Amino acid sequence: MIPSAAAPARAPRATGVANGFAIDARDLTRRFGSFVAVDHITFDVGTGEVFGFLGANGAGKTTAIKMLVGLLAPSEGVAHVAGFDIATQRDQIRRNIGYMSQRFSLYADLTVRENIRLYGGIYGLTPGQIVERTTTMLDTLGLSSNADDLVGKLPLGWKQKLAFSVALLHNPKIVFLDEPTSGVDPMTRRQFWELIYAAAARGTTVFVTTHYMDEAEYCDRISIMVDGKIAALGTPTELKEKFGAESVDDVFVRLARGATKGETA
Amino acid sequence: MNRNALRAFMVKEFRHILRDRQTLTILLMLPLVQVILFGYALRSDVRDIRMAVIDPTPDHATLELQSRFLSTNRFRIVTTSQTPDVIEPLFRRGRADVALVFDPDFASHLRGTEPARLLIAVDASDPNAGTTYLSYARAVISSYQAELSAQNRQVRIVTETRMRFNPTLESVNLFVPGLIALVLVLVSALMTAISLSREKERGTMEVLLVSPLRPQQIIVGKVLPYLALAFANVLTALLAAWAVFHVPFRGSVVLLLAESILYTLVSLALGVLVAARTSSQRAAMLTAALVTMLPNALLSGMIFPIASMPTWLVPFTYIAPARWFIVIARGIMLKGVGLTILWRETLMLSLMAMLLLAAAMRSFKPRLE
Repeated sequence: MIPSAAAPARAPRATGVANGFAIDARDLTRRFGSFVAVDHITFDVGTGEVFGFLGANGAGKTTAIKMLVGLLAPSEGVAHVAGFDIATQRDQIRRNIGYMSQRFSLYADLTVRENIRLYGGIYGLTPGQIVERTTTMLDTLGLSSNADDLVGKLPLGWKQKLAFSVALLHNPKIVFLDEPTSGVDPMTRRQFWELIYAAAARGTTVFVTTHYMDEAEYCDRISIMVDGKIAALGTPTELKEKFGAESVDDVFVRLARGATKGETA
Repeated sequence: MNRNALRAFMVKEFRHILRDRQTLTILLMLPLVQVILFGYALRSDVRDIRMAVIDPTPDHATLELQSRFLSTNRFRIVTTSQTPDVIEPLFRRGRADVALVFDPDFASHLRGTEPARLLIAVDASDPNAGTTYLSYARAVISSYQAELSAQNRQVRIVTETRMRFNPTLESVNLFVPGLIALVLVLVSALMTAISLSREKERGTMEVLLVSPLRPQQIIVGKVLPYLALAFANVLTALLAAWAVFHVPFRGSVVLLLAESILYTLVSLALGVLVAARTSSQRAAMLTAALVTMLPNALLSGMIFPIASMPTWLVPFTYIAPARWFIVIARGIMLKGVGLTILWRETLMLSLMAMLLLAAAMRSFKPRLE
């Protein structure tokens, strides 16, 4: 099934799964005491794919993403990100990924330009590259006239788009987005997905968590986490067929009903 | 007013209080620790006063007076000499607190009718301790004189006193270096503690930890800018000491500035460690204020002389960075001494800086949990 009519136009994917996996996880597990937040999850994400990581609040999405970006050590299992082992090669992983956390990751008391300069510097871009990419980025976002405004003064939607662009500043192979559109209005969410597609078209793998089920339809493939396990994995079309559901939302509700942990969104 | 609404509100308030364990612990411990520390530190009786004796013509009478000093159990004779030139180096090195100088004719005058002369010199760089030393010494001498008079001997002992390093007993000279030490440690630790815990609280720390930045770089990147800021504090504090309080600068200003940088480094590292170990900005602030103000105000010798603390409390004073910095600052400013005298304190501060920075870096692991 084709994504819903409201979906932004999507260019064909630049590179396919056949080129190798951007992310592969085998039995990845994380325990906090006796609580198993992520329970033996196994999945692959192809290079250039837009991979939706779905689940109710408390299902273990954020814990899984934190393990993949190196903020949490796995209790069990193995995973590779950009070909590097998450347990032993964190330094290589860091240079190859971008990360947009659930919480706003830019500094409100710095200007747009200062924030870009900061992250450009952290990721080892030259001053020339930073100036050039700042100009391109601000043009694309339509923020050129706001370059010297404090980030804290920008509307939320602009902040989120800016944070996403900053996460892509160093042209990472993979970008991790943890609920990037939460609290953002529908129009901005749509623009945000256009940015995601543009990044994917340039070959960047996008790993995105969301609890907006309409957004799930925009992903190449999705996984649905329930109680720390992956309850379903496939293209949105495959999942809807398998569960005989009208929409991903339906699939989700059916799976979530069986959940014991967390609230169902 | 609805009593149930009030009760519900109070229950809610109790929940706030009980759930923030770190703040709760601080609030509970603060008065307790203060009462205990103040209670002990406030005891101002002084024991183990180190005395140098200058006795050009040793005699039964001079030895008798010396033994009176010893029998109080407060005085300990660290050296006996026939010439007074040993006093100055002993005072400068802090090896003696009091010098008892007999006049060469002391014994013969005591047997005759002329006044027997004595000089008591006191290291008064700490005026509180200095006055106490002097009053104890005077008490010993007057009781000796009273005893001799009781034996119907008309004796006159004339005691001269000299306060070294601080002749007018200006407590401001003592107080200002201590105050500088206290303010610097508090402000410096608060700066890094707040700044780092704010990043943790707002979520920007997560993004920094996912970036190629190493934890050591994050810490150094935090400490260095604040070191510059703290150095500005040092300059204004010293300027105020000189211009407003007229505290003398007898030693090297360059050395004093270098030592101040070392001291603020210790304080900033302490702030980083606090931020690493606490989970909110508020807890970090309270903890930083607590771990800097309490030991450094009470145990550094700034307000309460270490000499008057109970023996078991003295080792605890070693953990207060201000204890070492105050000795350094007073030494340089009031006594004009240099590194040859102050190397031990400098070494202690250097060790503290290294230890705290290493601990801070260990605590700031790349993995948040």
